[in-house]
Amino acid sequence: MTIPELLDGLFPAGHAVAREGDVLAGTGRASAGEVAVVGIAGGAEVGVEAALALAGELLRVVREAPGRPVLALVDTAGQRMSLRDELLGLNGYLGHLAATVELARQSGHKVVALVTGQAVSAGALALGFVADEVHALEGARLAVMALPAMARVTKIPLERLERLSAGSPVLAPGLESFVRLGAIASIWRPPLAPHLEAALARPAAPDARAALGAERGGRTLALEVSRRVASGAGALPAAPGARRVGESGPRRGGGDGR
Amino acid sequence: MSPGGPLVPRRSYREASARRRILGVLDPGSFEERLGPAERVTSPHLAALDQPVAFDDGVVVGAGTLEGRPVLAASQEGAFLGGGVGEVHGAKLAGLLAAALRDRPAAVLLLLDTGGVRLQEANAGLVAVSEVMRGVLAARAAGVPVLALVGGGWGCFGGMGIVARCCDAIAMSEEGRLGLSGPDVIEETRGVEELDASDRGLVWRTYGGKHRWLIGEADLLVEDDLDAFRAAATALLGTRRPIDLAALSSEHALLAARLAEHGGAADAAAIWGGLGVAAPAALPLLEVDEFLRAVAGARRGTR
Repeated sequence: MTIPELLDGLFPAGHAVAREGDVLAGTGRASAGEVAVVGIAGGAEVGVEAALALAGELLRVVREAPGRPVLALVDTAGQRMSLRDELLGLNGYLGHLAATVELARQSGHKVVALVTGQAVSAGALALGFVADEVHALEGARLAVMALPAMARVTKIPLERLERLSAGSPVLAPGLESFVRLGAIASIWRPPLAPHLEAALARPAAPDARAALGAERGGRTLALEVSRRVASGAGALPAAPGARRVGESGPRRGGGDGR
Repeated sequence: MSPGGPLVPRRSYREASARRRILGVLDPGSFEERLGPAERVTSPHLAALDQPVAFDDGVVVGAGTLEGRPVLAASQEGAFLGGGVGEVHGAKLAGLLAAALRDRPAAVLLLLDTGGVRLQEANAGLVAVSEVMRGVLAARAAGVPVLALVGGGWGCFGGMGIVARCCDAIAMSEEGRLGLSGPDVIEETRGVEELDASDRGLVWRTYGGKHRWLIGEADLLVEDDLDAFRAAATALLGTRRPIDLAALSSEHALLAARLAEHGGAADAAAIWGGLGVAAPAALPLLEVDEFLRAVAGARRGTR
């Protein structure tokens, strides 16, 4: 689906969204009124310029259009990996972007994210995954990292990873995995406008993704663990002689950033 | 080491375990762990990969005091899977931040030592990092300061590098590196021509505490010492970076100016020169106090 087709589907009453580079900004008309549209398009990598432009657009919306709901369109292959971006502090630019989403939320703007193409790793985090609700178009491709790269970093043979990831929402890249984990609330199929209208009409609520992940069976422990820690449970002395691998285990990395 | 002072051996923050760090930063005897190793809540996903588990899933969380003030704190164990965030690890962090909304501590301290998402449970880790991010921002919006300490052997990378910059303030050592894509990942993805991960000088100039502090990414630069990190956390206790239009507009202006002024720089030393540092090439070798004297007035920052 091209961007104009997508926007026609979401806003049959009209829209005015400009694309500058890979950044989308503008408005669409929903039945309840104008909706601010921001987004990253074309499966682009998010570098410092795009992160700053997106944050600037969100600040402008908060300043000039109090309370206007926000639709964040996400299609990114991840963060731009370059020495220049790291020198300038890309993590700081993306942290700033996430904070502007929070500002919008705190200022009464409902923020709905829609994954329209790819949503990979850190590119998706700071705009999409901090929205009030995150949905995805059918066919969207979500991932942290492709399995071959994952095999290299974790030193787990690729064939083994492929075998293990089949049916595992925790390992297998793909939309279905993220639905089961609770990260994607729902999949939108045409006609798109009713989905958007329904999302805009729902009041913003606290982060319920862990509960959704438990309900859908994709994350069996996250909700319980988070609740136990939040309630102050588990303040027990360590059992003598308990074997703790954590402090003496093999020094083996496995992060997305290192 | 202070000249002329008694020769007290430093206790390296970088070399300490996660548990030792949290005990060293908080008031002695004040820390009460939640969901500690005795509870044996381990990752359900590592066994299938024949990977060892940790009874705390690589993160220590709980409550304590700092100079008598109630705080919540978390400390990541870099020695376990590079401090990677998996389902349980991330849920412990998210739960701690949810507790902050209710209990209103003087601060939440995040002692970060992590390569980012734990790839062995990648999808759950990515979602957990985003939940931690929302948790940090929600705590801040509710008026609870969230402070990041970065000084561990893995530094702070991946999605957690973004989380660090969602906090009110960051204290870091030169040794504790901060970024998004680490040197190995960039070399692997883009080739050695883009970034030679074996060039330690380059890696430290790019990700190290001095550079991060100078450009305004970190708020305090501290020695690699447990007491120094405790003092930094104490000094930052009152720090708040409000999530409002004025504060975020200033931050925006700072980031825009950095891009405009230094977007063409090929190396950190060129940025330092651009900031007005007289002898940028000498900075990496200086101790923290010498460094602070050498760069006086050059730092950019709104905080």
